[in-house]
Amino acid sequence: MADPLLRVEGLVRRFGGITATDNVSLDVARGELHAIIGPNGAGKTTLISQLTGHLAPNSGSVWLAGRDITHMPAYRRCALGLARSFQITSLLLDFTAADNVALAAQAHDGHSFRFFGDARKERRLRDAAQAALRRVGLGERAHVPASKLSHGEQRELELAVALATHPQLLLLDEPMAGLGATESARMVKLLQELRREVTIVLVEHDMEAVFALADRISVLVYGRVIASGTPSEIRRNDEVKRAYLGDQHVVVRHDR
Amino acid sequence: MKIELNVRNAVSALVVAGLVLLPLYSQLSGNIFILTLFTRIVILALAAASLNLIMGYGGMMSFGHAAYLGIGGYAVGILAQEGFGSGFLQFPIALAASALFALVIGALSLRTRGVYFIMITLAFAQMAYYVASGLARYGGDDGLTIYKRSDFAGLINLGNRVQFYYLCLACLLGVVLLIWRIVNSRFGLVVQGLRSNERRMQAIGFPAKRYQLVCFVIAGTLCGLGGALLANNTDFVSPAVMYWTRSGDLMVMVILGGMGSLFGPVIGAVVYLVLEELLSQITEYWALIMGPLLLFVVLFGRGGIMGMLGRLSRG
Repeated sequence: MADPLLRVEGLVRRFGGITATDNVSLDVARGELHAIIGPNGAGKTTLISQLTGHLAPNSGSVWLAGRDITHMPAYRRCALGLARSFQITSLLLDFTAADNVALAAQAHDGHSFRFFGDARKERRLRDAAQAALRRVGLGERAHVPASKLSHGEQRELELAVALATHPQLLLLDEPMAGLGATESARMVKLLQELRREVTIVLVEHDMEAVFALADRISVLVYGRVIASGTPSEIRRNDEVKRAYLGDQHVVVRHDR
Repeated sequence: MKIELNVRNAVSALVVAGLVLLPLYSQLSGNIFILTLFTRIVILALAAASLNLIMGYGGMMSFGHAAYLGIGGYAVGILAQEGFGSGFLQFPIALAASALFALVIGALSLRTRGVYFIMITLAFAQMAYYVASGLARYGGDDGLTIYKRSDFAGLINLGNRVQFYYLCLACLLGVVLLIWRIVNSRFGLVVQGLRSNERRMQAIGFPAKRYQLVCFVIAGTLCGLGGALLANNTDFVSPAVMYWTRSGDLMVMVILGGMGSLFGPVIGAVVYLVLEELLSQITEYWALIMGPLLLFVVLFGRGGIMGMLGRLSRG
């Protein structure tokens, strides 16, 4: 097998007495959509934050395309092609949708110690932004301030921002969180298109979406990976049933 | 860039026109005092505009900005005292000293956020204040008299009131123009993005501190120019220009005029200092009137005077 795009080895992160990430190892192959599921408090966001560099692990290592990035700050990982969306929408709310995306494009277009020319008039950045916005269906909303967008649109904008950095690997932390049924369906459709272009690690509560999208699924419980495999393998796995699906009955959609 | 016709821009244009024509009025009416007053206002407006770059656009609440007024001033004063009277030497050194100070305290202060950032910038400015007080050779607490204004080899005579006023005004307008270009540039958008959401900016690949530090140094350097002008205006520099209340005055001017608006600090400086002048003619306890007035603007006028004008034009 070729080198995986993302390799996580023996990752451990403790908060006081709690081990939020307990010796996690996983591989994500180039081109696959790898979902990470687990009950609330399983340590999914903690894991994602260590992949993006917002949180340092106590031990273990993270490799991106054969390169050790364990101790690299977030902005440098991003330069290597790692982009993320946040579980709780995190945008520049007083900027327009186009500005949000154009800044992401700018971040990957050399340094920004340019003090004079009007950045909002740079065609290259604006075109890239417009393309990413159109990609997620926000082409018509480019000039709306991010704060004025609906929640569903903000989730889509998060995705456009991540796409504008031309990532090799997209880490999506619950992109469906708080979306209604129609918005969720739109997001699933969008992800189905995107997965053809980019490797995705998807953390999601929405089981229907996960089983529809994922090539492989890793199940996280109390910080440990208890199973990893194709959707049908996971569905048949006894330990998963016991630890995850069994206790809470079959979780099809999470409560709203 | 297209300039929109609205109340804010109209008021800004009026203020600039007023400032340009002021020496004419002063000459015709024989009121010399008003020119002296406005020279000071223009210089402090420059300082407030530089503070607005980090505070309004950058979201960095520096409570030590007056330090650069002192550093710029002392650079001129000390060089004059030591016999180096050329402005071509004094001004670049004033700017360089301010930039260096901003670089050092910025590198340290930007490790902190929020209230800690406010406190640490305040602490550094107070340190500068006490260092200046201890400069026995240069007057210590009593300050340093500058017997000869910066000499620009006949190019411009700083001893001439009108010429000096126009120099200050040109510097102010130059600084405002520079800030306008900066905030719309790639660099400016990054700095404003960091104010809005630092975590997001890092996640899309911007090293936050580097950009904030450069912004901090630019603001400090520009304020150092204000310091060099101020020392020439008063023919004197003392530790008092660096005292924390002076930093507070600058913050008030920015907030009163409107944080993050280009001309806000200029208008804030004019209103604040003219009010101070008028009220202190009426009563010794002018601060008793000024205080509630400022509270009113802060509580009800979101975005300061510029914010209120903005709402006015939207009806």
